[in-house]
Amino acid sequence: MKPPPFDYVVADSVEAAVALLGQSAGEAKIIAGGQSLVPMLNFRLLRPALLVDINAIAALSFVEDAGHEIRIGALTRHRQLETSPVIATHLPVIAEAMGHVAHLAIRNRGTIGGSLSHADPAAELPMLALLLDARLEIASGGGRRDVAAGDFFRGALSVALDDGELLTEIRIPKLPAATGWGFAEVARRHGDFALAAIATTLTVADGTAVDARIAMTGVADRPLRATVAERLLLGQAVTADLLERVAAVARESVTPGSDVHASADYRRHLVGVLVRRAMDEAWRRAQRGAA
Amino acid sequence: MTASRTITVTVNGRRYERTVEPRLLLADFLRHTLGLTGTHVGCEHGVCGACTVIVDGDSVRACLMFAVQLDGRTIETVEGLGGPGKLNALQEAFRAHHALQCGFCTPGMLMTATDLLRKRPLATDDEIRDGLSGNLCRCTGYEHIVKAIRAVVGPAPSGTAANAATDD
Repeated sequence: MKPPPFDYVVADSVEAAVALLGQSAGEAKIIAGGQSLVPMLNFRLLRPALLVDINAIAALSFVEDAGHEIRIGALTRHRQLETSPVIATHLPVIAEAMGHVAHLAIRNRGTIGGSLSHADPAAELPMLALLLDARLEIASGGGRRDVAAGDFFRGALSVALDDGELLTEIRIPKLPAATGWGFAEVARRHGDFALAAIATTLTVADGTAVDARIAMTGVADRPLRATVAERLLLGQAVTADLLERVAAVARESVTPGSDVHASADYRRHLVGVLVRRAMDEAWRRAQRGAA
Repeated sequence: MTASRTITVTVNGRRYERTVEPRLLLADFLRHTLGLTGTHVGCEHGVCGACTVIVDGDSVRACLMFAVQLDGRTIETVEGLGGPGKLNALQEAFRAHHALQCGFCTPGMLMTATDLLRKRPLATDDEIRDGLSGNLCRCTGYEHIVKAIRAVVGPAPSGTAANAATDD
């Protein structure tokens, strides 16, 4: 199992990287952490003519508190997200989820930009980008644009990036005060891709929910928001009965596939259980934050 | 055009200059180009952990990096820990606690444990198990590997030993 031959270039700037992509007419791939790309090369699922290595672009590796939002460079490693004080303070749901992303050696290399661009339908980071209303900055030879996470994921391993484009930065709005969060996942083994995982936020004011978000992964070809279930929570105090109804609506909203790891029915069942758990966590945290 | 290029790396304190094809995996570079066969190759897609080595202080899968990416970098492999007659403390603990049987996973276990011992307090056995979760062993059932690493860290603080029997 060895990769097919390819040429290799180190890009030392975003401009150089997108210029190389632009010249290669779809025959080039970006290599960042390589933790999904290299297995695909080893299996010969991909045969790019050129690998453009962006690991030397130090300007793409940062986590920054920019006031109203957190800015994350696309080359930021999972391990940096897991241990960043800025993430722990402002986006703790990401820090929590990172413990479920593969294993130490993978997290030492894997990057947020790589995970989002690869878009495995059972990965955690695409779900979190959707949960947190992230905006993704994309560079190309023609300039820069940004796209909402909700418009970025188009299907399994398919995102809104053209051949000449490079994801450079992820911008995540800070959550309001009195916002709780939850994360719950079931995988066959610790560190495996999720059979199903749920991430939630809940913002409360005067004892009732004013904003509720539920994001799901592992149950479709891309991450999803459970929008109908989210709306059930608005204006309500969260009770066990309400959580059951929210979980049931979320469960009925998905039509997952069956595979060797889990049946569709089991995945749908997990959605109900995990939504209830993750939203209960968010409610408890929100109340502590509001107190 | 897949032109080879020349890289300089430091492996276990020794500098090597070699010319490599871009597609040469780090694991194969270590084993075939440098003759350092201590690093084992299992699954070749990042799942089993047998090829784990340390690059610039961080454990990585040697099957998921290319040698050409390592120009100027510092690599530690199992050969750097110690050898016959002069095992380091971790290797000695693996020997004393029967933490290996066939030995195939052992280089990856040792390099992962080396990274963990440097970076994490490993106060509970759960923490050790979590750290090892990316390394597969088909012989030991992991119990003796956890015990070996525990022996190097020192005893778990009282009240946490019960963690030893929890699931992984």
